Amino acid sequence: MDLSRFTAQHPPPAPPPCTRLRWRNSALHSSAIENHTEIQGKSLTVTRTSGEQFAELIKTPRADNAVLHGPRCPAVRGTLCLTGHHLIFSSRRKEGGEELWLLHANIDCVEKRFVGSLGTIVIKCKDLRIIQLDIPGMEECLNIASSIEALSTLDSITLMYPFFYRPMFEVVEDGWRSYLPEQEFELLSSVTDEWRLSCANKDFSVCPTYPPVVIIPKCIDDEALRKVAVFRYGGRFPVLSYYHKKNGMVMMRSSQPLTGTNGRRCKEDEKLINATLRPGKRGYIIDTRSLNVAQQARAKGGGFEQEVYYPQWRRIHKCIERFNILQESLIKLVEACNDQSHNMDRWLSKLEASNWLTHIKEILTAACLAAQCIDREGASVLVHGSDGTDSTLQVTSLAQIILDPRCRTIRGFEALVVREWLQAGHPFQLRCAQSAYSNTKQKWEAPVFLLFLDCVWQILRQFPCSFEFNEQFLIMLFEHAYASQFGTFLGNNENERSKLKLTQKTMSLWSWVNRSEELARFKNPLFEANSLVIWPSVAPQSLQLWEGVFLRWNRPSKFLDEAQEEVLNIINYNRELQAKVNALRRQLAELETDDRMQENLTDSTPVRAPWLRGSVDLNENPLLPS
Amino acid sequence: MEHITTPKVENVKLLDRYANRKTANGTLYLTATHLIYVDASSEVRKETWILHHHIASVEKLPLTTAGCPLLIHCKNFHVAHFVIGQERDCHEVYTSLLKLSQPVKPEELYAFSYNPKMSKDNREIGWKLIDLKVDYQRMGIPNDYWEITDVNKDYEVCNTYPPEIVVPRAANKATVIGSSRFRSRGRIPVLSYLYKENNAAICRCSQPLSGFSARCLEDEQMLQAIREANPGCAFMYVVDTRPKLNAMANRAAGKGYENEDNYDNIRFKFIGIENIHVMRNSLQKLLEVCETKSPSMSDFLTGLENSGWLRHIKAVMDAGVFLAKAVKDENASVLVHCSDGWDRTAQVCSLASLLLDPFYRTFKGFMVLIEKEWIAMGHKFSHRCGHLDGDPKEVSPVFTQFIECVWQLMQQFPCAFEFNERFLLEIHDHVYSCQFGNFLGTCHKEREDLKIFEKTHSLWPFLLQKKQELRNPLYKGFTAYKELQPNTLPFSFQFWCGMYNRFDKGMHPKQCVLDHLLSCMSQKMKLEDNASELENKLPFLDGPLPSEACSLSKVGSAASKTPLLNTPQDYEGEAPPVLTNGISVGNIDVMADVDQKNKENLSNHQDLPDLNATNVLDSEAKEGEPQCH
Repeated sequence: MDLSRFTAQHPPPAPPPCTRLRWRNSALHSSAIENHTEIQGKSLTVTRTSGEQFAELIKTPRADNAVLHGPRCPAVRGTLCLTGHHLIFSSRRKEGGEELWLLHANIDCVEKRFVGSLGTIVIKCKDLRIIQLDIPGMEECLNIASSIEALSTLDSITLMYPFFYRPMFEVVEDGWRSYLPEQEFELLSSVTDEWRLSCANKDFSVCPTYPPVVIIPKCIDDEALRKVAVFRYGGRFPVLSYYHKKNGMVMMRSSQPLTGTNGRRCKEDEKLINATLRPGKRGYIIDTRSLNVAQQARAKGGGFEQEVYYPQWRRIHKCIERFNILQESLIKLVEACNDQSHNMDRWLSKLEASNWLTHIKEILTAACLAAQCIDREGASVLVHGSDGTDSTLQVTSLAQIILDPRCRTIRGFEALVVREWLQAGHPFQLRCAQSAYSNTKQKWEAPVFLLFLDCVWQILRQFPCSFEFNEQFLIMLFEHAYASQFGTFLGNNENERSKLKLTQKTMSLWSWVNRSEELARFKNPLFEANSLVIWPSVAPQSLQLWEGVFLRWNRPSKFLDEAQEEVLNIINYNRELQAKVNALRRQLAELETDDRMQENLTDSTPVRAPWLRGSVDLNENPLLPS
Repeated sequence: MEHITTPKVENVKLLDRYANRKTANGTLYLTATHLIYVDASSEVRKETWILHHHIASVEKLPLTTAGCPLLIHCKNFHVAHFVIGQERDCHEVYTSLLKLSQPVKPEELYAFSYNPKMSKDNREIGWKLIDLKVDYQRMGIPNDYWEITDVNKDYEVCNTYPPEIVVPRAANKATVIGSSRFRSRGRIPVLSYLYKENNAAICRCSQPLSGFSARCLEDEQMLQAIREANPGCAFMYVVDTRPKLNAMANRAAGKGYENEDNYDNIRFKFIGIENIHVMRNSLQKLLEVCETKSPSMSDFLTGLENSGWLRHIKAVMDAGVFLAKAVKDENASVLVHCSDGWDRTAQVCSLASLLLDPFYRTFKGFMVLIEKEWIAMGHKFSHRCGHLDGDPKEVSPVFTQFIECVWQLMQQFPCAFEFNERFLLEIHDHVYSCQFGNFLGTCHKEREDLKIFEKTHSLWPFLLQKKQELRNPLYKGFTAYKELQPNTLPFSFQFWCGMYNRFDKGMHPKQCVLDHLLSCMSQKMKLEDNASELENKLPFLDGPLPSEACSLSKVGSAASKTPLLNTPQDYEGEAPPVLTNGISVGNIDVMADVDQKNKENLSNHQDLPDLNATNVLDSEAKEGEPQCH
């Protein structure tokens, strides 16, 4: 029985999750490991601190003779072990066998049931996997279930695994410093001088969900900025999101203006966004809410830009759903994917009813619209919804993927995630608290980031040669957004992150990803840098269910993996071949140069085959002086 | 020609279904075989060719201010929306196309006038490319249990079967003839595929004329003979691919299905695949969904569900999987029928063969499969594809469904097929094009009567010529996968945009991985040539180069080998050769050999000032036969 398919998402000291990565015991030794628990002759590793702080939550730390049923795997008997942050299952097989390491934070929901004294725990994970554990002994089973429940729903962020995780790899580049706004601004100032970095928010007093430094039009001083912040929901004044080098048009993002029912206005706000317009040109405001929703928002003090005060702007309403509607959609979709009844009509009708692909289509359509305004219409764009932290970011980040070739590289995409999601204040902690299986449905939980990744995957599928990264890279980001040993996705905004001192106390995801060993797994062999704008099709026929995420645990991937490998083989073989041909050409050229020199030197000697020089034993050659 | 009254119409617009602003303006021509539209508005000359035989329907829509719209639907799912300035012109084109697209007499079909300037000999060789006897030999037939009989040589047993059929040795002529009287249209049980590993066979026939109680001793003997030809299994399956209700209804008309009490040791099973009329309507609904202008996601998915199309595809696939499992896992022979045994039966038998035998997943094998299970066994292509003016109720996308099932398998097993999606589309096109003789008529006898082997060309050599662009770069070779066990859960089936929205390029991925990999393959050949050429210029170098030279040139020679008929060895694209690391044992001798040869070359051509051609030729000739040294 092969446990490898269960294998670890999160072995504590070893690097992070990947579906098909196999961890061997021997690979887990590290200086950070101090406790070794002997289980059936195998040493399991437990991180130092976990035992102390979580001891009271772990009533039964281990259970022998447990049986693990995983997706697409035969049942395996072995030992279950609970640590502060992991559920570890180790089979009885020979030394060096493989284990399941499951991060508690990855657990979305725990269900238990009993048949006699045999208890069964069903664990549903945020990465959508479902595993089942049979545990003999009712008490043990109840203890373990309640421990898992408690450990997977820790209240305090500082008890989360990233604060305990010690990397085993050498940190070559500190990911926390990889994508600083100052660097972004430097890139920008090489092409335009119309923008400036403002530190008005350095203590997060102007906008608690913005980073300390933001890019705004040069002509707006910090005083004006503070006034604009008061006029925008949550203080989220318009900031630069993207500068289109090709024509100098820009995309800005903000939250809704607080016009209320009496139509308040703010001259500074008008001045700020007008500063981005070229003389005589119009701009577009893309409101991600339907007109109806936007109008209703006025009753609560929100609203939208009115034509009278923004005559140079045309407002377009798009309808991108938010919050629980999205979460419901995810729950329905995952339920449809896990339905094993063999009925086609039921599958299609459930897929349709989930509305997931409808959301994908709407988000992509809005992003295309924004990109079109900038690239085709030559107009600047302001994007906002109500809060400016969800649908707004989906639109601005996808528009950049369409427009900017840099965002389709690995580093460029990471920079995009940092800039448009993390620094822009997408509340990851709230949105990704639970995934598709959770019973506690909270209004703020929503797969906003997963939808974004899905949209990126749709574009990647339509432009398979234009992205430096592959599907696995996107899946990896999905996993880490929901549960991770890295601190990158902790907290809801930069303000919270700085209070948590994440940069000192946790490791950045990018420190790990950007090592060449890891990057190799995430590179798309078909990538050929392409500087064009890429327009995806949003026709229903062009959009597909993202199987790599939603069917990942429900169908074998062996044959598809083999195809990926084959693609890699073909391309690598050609590369090697090309390198070889180049090397041969060089050698030939060198030899020919040598020959000419030789000929010049010995112009009276009989001609010899030039390619022989240096290869035939010189002593045998009577024509050359010995 | 007499149908063409207006051979040329100017000022015709071609509407783009998805981008209204991109309306082309140009000239429409009618030729004897094609409708040709030449777009004059674009800078690059753009032509749209529509074969008359591909036209499924022509509609004249109500007059608009822009002119008279003419909507053409093609059997390959191309939809062309023309607007013709003059109503009179439009009407003439319309009436011409109606006649041209559905000729009355078979002799008017394109195949009888198609002349690719091929010699008579080559044309005849082309028809001999696929020899079903060779395939039976491959299965080990004739053997102790099965024989090829010419009992049907004058079509006396069954006029829709080929002259030679494979039946159990134990079934004598009386049994065969007796059984044929008890089977609808005389379509007796014959062998479709023999799984050599365990002697389990897939056989096919039509429904028995059992009514409510009739039985036939010879038919019972026939089934017994089939069962006993597989001594490893005590029972056999009899699979009726129809829904049970349909089969029961047939009993009232004196037809029906096998009574388990009358036949020894059979296990009878219904697999509900719907009939040709349901399938025709389903496709119609699917196409309506595909053609909807800017549908919402919901519209599309609901439409897809309501069409039932993927449900039918899944039913066919499920049946194929059932057969393959019965044969492989239960060692049981299976007899398959539907009503007449030429539609669902053909789908299911050919799919099962494809799942069981990697040969059928090669170019050659797939051609054999279509010739064997579809053409020879009398799938009524002419009626199902509406080649001639006839009963529209006979038209049904039965073959299209089979092609789609193969495509669905390709999605699950991207490295298991030698050919790519385009090969399937080419075949699908030509089933309707009537350009080649293979798919004309309804059965072997009719094709003989039409003299298609004398008067027309075969499709297969034509497709083999285009092998380079139709191959699957990911193909891992004949031995990589044996039986395929596809997942048939509903989510494993995808909508085939490349077929049903094939001409809506905007919907397809904008960068094509297949094209990319195909160009890699041709680049690889060039690089390999380059490398060996360069190596010959540099005959004596230290390091690993000579070994590389030999492994590279080995690939080159393998690729240029002429394929042998029907032998599994003749497939290209074995696993990519090892380049720098890990020289296989077989290469070591060759390596020494190349070394040796390089020295010989040196001594021979010492006095030549630069590289000469003989050098290159010499080395190639020797690598072809390294054993001589």
